[in-house]
Amino acid sequence: MQWFLANLPQVLALSGSHLVQAVVPLALSVVIAVPLAQLARLNKGLGAFILSAGSLLYTVPSLALFVILPGILGTKILDFANIIVALTIYAVALLVRSTLDALNSVDDGVRQSATAMGFRPLQRFLAVDLPLSVPVLFSGLRVISVSNISLVTVGALLGIPSLGFFFTDGLQRNFPTEIVVGIVGTLVLALLMDLVLVLLQRLLTPWLRTATPAPTAPTATPTTAAQPGVAA
Amino acid sequence: MAAPEAVRSPAGNAANQTISQAGSAMVQFQGVQKAYQAGRPAVDNLNLSIDAGRITVFVGPSGCGKTTSLRMINRMVEPTAGTITVGGRDISTIPAHQLRRSMGYVMQSAGLLPHRTVLDNVTTVLRLNRVPRAAARARAAELLETVGLSADMGKRYPNQLSGGQQQRVGVARALAADPPILLMDEPFSAVDPVVRAELQQELLRLQRELAKTIIFVTHDIDEATLLGDKVAVFATGGRVAQYADPEEILRAPVDDFVAAFVGRDRGFRHLSFSPGASVPVHPAPSVAWDGAALMDDGAAAAGLRPEAPGADGSGWRLAVDGGGRPLGWLAPGTAGTPGTAEAGGPLVPGGSLFHAGDPLRNALDAALSSPSGLGVAVDGDGLVQGVVRAPEVLAAIEAARESRTAEGQTPEGRG
Repeated sequence: MQWFLANLPQVLALSGSHLVQAVVPLALSVVIAVPLAQLARLNKGLGAFILSAGSLLYTVPSLALFVILPGILGTKILDFANIIVALTIYAVALLVRSTLDALNSVDDGVRQSATAMGFRPLQRFLAVDLPLSVPVLFSGLRVISVSNISLVTVGALLGIPSLGFFFTDGLQRNFPTEIVVGIVGTLVLALLMDLVLVLLQRLLTPWLRTATPAPTAPTATPTTAAQPGVAA
Repeated sequence: MAAPEAVRSPAGNAANQTISQAGSAMVQFQGVQKAYQAGRPAVDNLNLSIDAGRITVFVGPSGCGKTTSLRMINRMVEPTAGTITVGGRDISTIPAHQLRRSMGYVMQSAGLLPHRTVLDNVTTVLRLNRVPRAAARARAAELLETVGLSADMGKRYPNQLSGGQQQRVGVARALAADPPILLMDEPFSAVDPVVRAELQQELLRLQRELAKTIIFVTHDIDEATLLGDKVAVFATGGRVAQYADPEEILRAPVDDFVAAFVGRDRGFRHLSFSPGASVPVHPAPSVAWDGAALMDDGAAAAGLRPEAPGADGSGWRLAVDGGGRPLGWLAPGTAGTPGTAEAGGPLVPGGSLFHAGDPLRNALDAALSSPSGLGVAVDGDGLVQGVVRAPEVLAAIEAARESRTAEGQTPEGRG
């Protein structure tokens, strides 16, 4: 605890850069995955290709991707951009599938009635399909947010600053307290992000908060890498 | 159950910029066909002319192409051959979204946008047409009242409404932009029979005020004959077997298919189109009833023939309340003393009521459903006018048939 308090500025600084590396890819992935998922919906063949490409990309080990990307992007090995691009790729790979599920979860009757009222296709997508897919979409986003927070720590192996630094540093110095601070810090960030997403979802779906306990979308359970038992 | 009269010409309606009302044929199908890859076409060589300002019902068994035909009118389904004109314009030349905004559309269920409040649902088409929000909301609030919903419902979300209320909102939404045409795809089939009957009457009431061109799809022949000024009976394979007013479809089905579809009760249903005024109404043998026992002073209203308690003991007696409304029947021999052993008291529930102005169908049903064999006739306020007897209703039916035959054919009057 003393060590934590003494190093608070460093913990906060690393948490900040950790968050940036996790949140930016999350935001980018939404922007990329939503149109991709809609494309996949409209074109079955293209959809199959997009989904298998996503699965394939997700199997590339993260460390390998962090190392290869500078060569492809022309960035320096310590550049934030590598992490951002790599995590965006993973997030998109996961999110396309859950966005597809989310869009498919929208009642076809509602879609048809919107069309019959005279929504143009893009109008309908933005005003009807997208808002109604928020619950399922967010359950996907919550999984990815947690996975991103944990993946960012891998960047520490290359020396990119994040809470993962406490793992490598603590290991080298054989100093468990530092490792614990890294784990707890990562856990707190993951929970914080999850909370923000839950609040955002509530804000975006006022109609689900009304009297009748409407069946809400299945909520994702956070699957953090950190184990609670490690706290010393 | 009277068919709605066309109370005024629809030509005065605020016409949408896309569709102007031209002549009496609002929607015309010319040689329209819809075929999917395999099998027989869903709709085959459809030629139909739909009158402006009337309710036209497409009725038929499932898979007969009635919904497909309806959806071709707003281009939700594109025909593979033929043309459809609306107000004289070929709809394939009108951008689909623009065409759709010029027509109201009500569907079976789930038609409301669940993420928007009732008020915002009703404003949808207005907002699509770029009507300012405040004006759209004012109009929507007005419409909620028109369809019989209170204004505070506007703040609710669709999942907070009952099925019947949702359908009312659906109708309000379809009417919001004041379109000349309303497409209704089995709008009342998902609500219970009591609510359905309410909604049907409400639609007829609205139509008397608004005189829209309504195209209504249903698989229920009763609903079709009740609502329709004209009924198109679709046969399997997308063919219109008969297109006529409902009276004629019930009286003279054009082939075996229509006769079978119209069903066993068509003779009975047809009575809905014969006025019941000619049935003689007799004074009702009655006793006044205070809810538990006989009252001393028999109600002396017109149409009642007070009978002393247990005067002869052989006939049924109608129990009426102090105001003259029917309560039920006292079986022959029942003294009607309080505390009789029968569960629920000595009163036997009455049959259906024959209201003043109802057709012969209701008169016959009142007589047949009454435990005493006497149908209770009531006036507009629900006060007993007297009783009708089944044999005399049958005589009236026979007289109506003979006068029809004498006139040569169908009595005009629905046109």
